[in-house]
Amino acid sequence: MKFWDWNYTLEILPALLKASVVTIEATILGFIIAAILGLALAIMRMSENRWISIPTAGFIEFIRSTPILIQIFFVFFVFPEFGIVLPAFVAGVLAIGVHYATYCSEVYRSGLENIPKGQWEASIALNLSPYITFRDVIIPQAIPPVVPALGNYFVALFKETPLLSAIAVLELMQTAKILGSETFRYIEPITLVGVFFLVMSLIAAWLIRRVENFLDRSLRNPGR
Amino acid sequence: MTASSNGPMVKFENVTKRYGALTVLDSLDLEIAANEKVSIIGPSGSGKTTVLRMLMTLERINDGVIHVDGEPLTHMQKNGELVPADERHLRRVRGKIGMVFQHFNLFPHMSALKNCMEAPVNVLGLAKKEAEERAAELLDMVGLGDKKGHYPSQLSGGQQQRVAIARALAMRPKVMLFDEVTSALDPELVGEVLNVIRKLGTEHNLTMLMVTHQMGFAREFSDRVCFFYGGKICEQGKPEELFGNPQQERTRQFLSAVLEAG
Amino acid sequence: MNLRSLAVCAIVFFVAGLSVASFASFREFLPGLLEGALITVEITIGGCILAVVVAVPAALAKMYAPWPLRWLAIAYIEVFRGTSALVQLFWLFFVLPHFGILLEPLTVAILALGLNVGAYGAEVVRGAVSAVGRGQWEATVALNMPRTMALRRIILPQALVAMIPPWGNLFIELLKATALVSLITISDLAFKAQQMNQITFRTLEIFTIVLVFYLAISILITVGMRTLESYAARGLARGR
Repeated sequence: MKFWDWNYTLEILPALLKASVVTIEATILGFIIAAILGLALAIMRMSENRWISIPTAGFIEFIRSTPILIQIFFVFFVFPEFGIVLPAFVAGVLAIGVHYATYCSEVYRSGLENIPKGQWEASIALNLSPYITFRDVIIPQAIPPVVPALGNYFVALFKETPLLSAIAVLELMQTAKILGSETFRYIEPITLVGVFFLVMSLIAAWLIRRVENFLDRSLRNPGR
Repeated sequence: MTASSNGPMVKFENVTKRYGALTVLDSLDLEIAANEKVSIIGPSGSGKTTVLRMLMTLERINDGVIHVDGEPLTHMQKNGELVPADERHLRRVRGKIGMVFQHFNLFPHMSALKNCMEAPVNVLGLAKKEAEERAAELLDMVGLGDKKGHYPSQLSGGQQQRVAIARALAMRPKVMLFDEVTSALDPELVGEVLNVIRKLGTEHNLTMLMVTHQMGFAREFSDRVCFFYGGKICEQGKPEELFGNPQQERTRQFLSAVLEAG
Repeated sequence: MNLRSLAVCAIVFFVAGLSVASFASFREFLPGLLEGALITVEITIGGCILAVVVAVPAALAKMYAPWPLRWLAIAYIEVFRGTSALVQLFWLFFVLPHFGILLEPLTVAILALGLNVGAYGAEVVRGAVSAVGRGQWEATVALNMPRTMALRRIILPQALVAMIPPWGNLFIELLKATALVSLITISDLAFKAQQMNQITFRTLEIFTIVLVFYLAISILITVGMRTLESYAARGLARGR
């Protein structure tokens, strides 16, 4: 049996490329959920009303400390018991999005906590509403420092999408498994998937560093 | 290896140090005799700390040669030629020099006694008992005999610095370097450290090189004072002469600024 | 959350989980789940040990070794961090036999997870060692200590304390990653959950209890690491 069959590799490439589109879609949708829900969770966590902040903290801890796979199963298998039947792709993206929202909320929280108290006090002194304060004073200062951390979670989320194969979503990992099981040659498909992820992570890491540098420069010299 | 007993203990020969485009030390020539106590003063950026750091091999020199106890430190003889020193040579000659730092740099996970024993046991190969006796003796000498088992976090700044001095002495160096050792201390703790240094000077055969801002101490204790400016020695001489009758304009300006602030 | 309240939470969760199971009907699936939990704990412990054993040399090699070893360490770290754990798991599971290396699935699981977390761990070790102040290194030069001795006796002991919280997080990540081994048919907690679900269809109870189990184990890990940290910190700052 040949060790590496280049012909076979070229044969399976189209199928894998199609599947990579699904992977990328799942990543982007998942991250949108994570980024937006994460901000909401962070704000709720910092609320002065203990009836809001403590359950939120509990929820965040619970989700963060348990495996994503089980959470995916939960959404896919348990929700239907309550009448919510979701297609596999949606269920998977939802579960991953919520899981990473908890990570992002911690990142947002540290960004928000790093805002000097004086900023909040100045906003009160100027009689700005909470909404305007957040929108114009706090968020513009809190977000740029945390963008690199958020970027890292984006890459991490991307690398978790193979978990969707567990509920048969036709992303990269699932496609590789199917291809492998048809021909009993697993080396090429799985290695290609591995290489794909490696290349994408390296590109993403490089992009994040460029964003970091850009933000660094524009923060240090605002207006330039 | 025998050392020349007649030549200088430390000799900087045409030494230059650059950081990128910035020349910190410019063709420095400096000789220090055995048992001489030399104070180095000057404004920040004048290169004074760099002199000590290069002698302690914490920095590499760009040009020139440094000699210690009659043989080259930064270079070594190979087939009759002077080539940059390798690690073995450095380690051999460096053992003659000890240094006390501005921020003490005690090992936080060891007691005062263990701090002073660590290098003698593991570098010199001393037996534990012997190293312990030596360490205890030195800690007694610096006035911390009752604090042997204490950890750095339990000691005041002045006490930590005195432990640092004992630790350096435990290696029995011939040359001791003091890099602004009181600059990080609260004013009321400065005296106890200076007293120990004074004691060292009178009771031990040590060549001492001190970078300091303590002008009064430098005046009273040193055999010679060097005023550095812009990477060169601007003026040097006996303390009474340099402090009492400075020849250079820059020296006068520096001294008046310092004494005004003090 | 302080140590005591965390410990109390862990105990409460476990006891609640088990006492809830004393209802006769839960006995249908609980033994199966407990079997799975045992496998999960085994893989977690094995993987954590491997991760530490791999991470320290990799980090030191990346920082101080001559260039062939250094490149090896960098390659290992980048590859295992750049690809996902599941891909690594599958690759080792499906591809190693082709090289003639036949391992039990459990061993493959520990190997894959340990190497994966070890790569992240290497960066943690590197960060902690770099964070030890330059002054400590300079003191070792002033005392004429060779570099390896300085690293071993002075630098690493101080880096140890700083390393413990991030390692705690990594161990929890490993715990969560063990669920992946269910996808290569290892009978861990996640696998048993699906299996019991197929048999009894008690979906809500099974998955809720399983989530609680994982939470309890992760709390135990956090408690363990905090205790370790306080012991290590005492070594640095006695009398505080």
